[in-house]
Amino acid sequence: MNLHEYQSKALFAEYGIPVPKGIAAETPEAAAEAAQSLGGDLWVVKAQVHAGGRGKAGGVKLARSLDEVKEHAAAMLGIQLVTHQSGPEGLPVNIVYVEQGSDIDRELYLSMLVDREVSRVSFIASAAGGMDIEKVAEETPEKIFTVAIAPDAGLQDYQARQLAFGLGLSKTQMRQFGGIVKQLYTLYQECDASLVEVNPLITTKAGDVIALDAKINIEANALYRQPKLVEMRDESQEDEKERAAAEHDLNYVSLDGDIACMVNGAGLAMATMDLIKLHGGDPANFLDVGGGATSERVAAAFKLILSNDTVKAILVNIFGGIVRCDLIAEGIITAVKEVGVTVPVVVRLEGTNVDKGRALLADSGLDIIAADDLTDAAKKAVAAAA
Amino acid sequence: MSVLVNKDSKIICQGLTGNQGSFHTEQCLAYGTQVVAGVTPGRGGEEHLGLPVYNTMRDAVAATGADVSMIYVPAPFAADAILEAADSGVKLVVCITEGIPVNDMIRVKSALRDFDCRLIGPNCPGIITPGECKIGIMPGMIHQPGRIGVVSRSGTLTYEAVYQTTQNGLGQSTCIGIGGDPVRGMNFIDCLELFEADPATDGMIMVGEIGGTDEEAAAEFIQSSVSKPVVAYIAGVTAPPGKRMGHAGAIVAGGKGTADAKFAALEAAGVATVRSPAELGSKMLEIM
Repeated sequence: MNLHEYQSKALFAEYGIPVPKGIAAETPEAAAEAAQSLGGDLWVVKAQVHAGGRGKAGGVKLARSLDEVKEHAAAMLGIQLVTHQSGPEGLPVNIVYVEQGSDIDRELYLSMLVDREVSRVSFIASAAGGMDIEKVAEETPEKIFTVAIAPDAGLQDYQARQLAFGLGLSKTQMRQFGGIVKQLYTLYQECDASLVEVNPLITTKAGDVIALDAKINIEANALYRQPKLVEMRDESQEDEKERAAAEHDLNYVSLDGDIACMVNGAGLAMATMDLIKLHGGDPANFLDVGGGATSERVAAAFKLILSNDTVKAILVNIFGGIVRCDLIAEGIITAVKEVGVTVPVVVRLEGTNVDKGRALLADSGLDIIAADDLTDAAKKAVAAAA
Repeated sequence: MSVLVNKDSKIICQGLTGNQGSFHTEQCLAYGTQVVAGVTPGRGGEEHLGLPVYNTMRDAVAATGADVSMIYVPAPFAADAILEAADSGVKLVVCITEGIPVNDMIRVKSALRDFDCRLIGPNCPGIITPGECKIGIMPGMIHQPGRIGVVSRSGTLTYEAVYQTTQNGLGQSTCIGIGGDPVRGMNFIDCLELFEADPATDGMIMVGEIGGTDEEAAAEFIQSSVSKPVVAYIAGVTAPPGKRMGHAGAIVAGGKGTADAKFAALEAAGVATVRSPAELGSKMLEIM
């Protein structure tokens, strides 16, 4: 689950991590009022969407008067902001964050995430802040500093020093930075984060270290013990189909192609997409109906993939282990009857109760194309969509 | 021969009295696996599926001499269950549970270093030595005792590899599903090393997927330390970057973990790769 910048910064402030003063606003008037109560003569108006790259997309604007704050807020609120991370349709801007302007000296980068190679949480820091960190890692890897935290010992002072020296901070800044990384680590643990990114972390001309941006992702598997954070969820930023899928315990990811798939197991679901591509087609989605798929869930899955009107054919690929083929067959029959499927459905069943499942499909009187194996299924689906 | 588990393995099921634990333990018992007890805190002294239930792993191990634990405990309690198993003296813990928070697994993995105990999973189908011992949720009937060691991050894709090697007569020595989470117990290399040393294993099938760099590490290991033939497949060539594909660990992040990079590393290491999972079995037969 992603948090907005304004939510992340509120958490930062709660943990004593310095951030510029700011107020979230839902109308241009409220934005101007926010600027007025913040004071000063320079503000930043920032569109709140769950995607990076807002600056280049026009989602971050400087304002030197209250009128300008209002103008920028009016221009942003209600639009779909398209950034290089948001997808072509963009994300709705329902909230802007009005912040006091900062006197930037240097822009740095700081983040925390799971380093899978060592099974630990790592800090990543770079003096090249404000830039795409992946680009920095590729072009100038020597500018990136990483420390991995041992979970039992926790973050050590020397690790904070390693990062601070790498960033070329002054003595006073090093002390501030040390406090910031300690608090970030605590926040990461206590909030069950899966990513915390500060890009940029700035030093001001007065010499202070401040988090100018803030991005926090909370691990979905830990939400059960984070009730306060669950309340921060903004469903308007999520893909509608993916959200509907999650409500039925289905794993769904939209893709651009025209052959929908319904598969049990994440690995086989990916492999099925790959097979469609390998045989000259284009998958319309990733869909894992999971292990304990009931016929209701399968029917829900069918409705979901059929709600995408670019779909020209459907490939159902089930290797029944935990989930029995006859159950899947019942689900397919129920859904095809209920939803009124108008596109060809190719079904490949294998595994537990496969004969029962195949017989059910064959006797259903429905127009279902049976496939013998994986390759046959992919070829038939591609042919059906052509 | 086989690796890690065989007909003599004695298994305790943690979470035996739950829905999942009951259902799958019954299947394991039907396969002939020696499940000897269950553990559910607060239900000690009861009997379930004809097996004695204990309150703690220590009690269960003391009473039965079991050496393996199989875990179906719900995700919020599973990290604790893994460490309880390790502390009880069993040598192998197989954790089927999906959805354990990564931060919990980071602590578990670090703490496991203090024990002489291996972990398979979490979020995995388990391990099976065909004809002898099934620990997990895989369909037993598609397996056949034989010569191929299978290691995979995905459940149903493992079944494909198994089914194909059963169809073409090669059979399997042992199949290990290491699971789809980013932080897990045994990895590809641990399993490949065991298969290399196992006289009953003549070839290996490795099924990877997008996310992380474990397949790349395995490729290096195969080049330096594996003499038996290996066939590999990676799922997720068409997966869009930044999207989690079902498994918590299946995500291309920061340009890392793409299927193309993994295929390239495996091919550079001389591993026979297939672009279609339908060819795993036939490729294995071809290079044996």
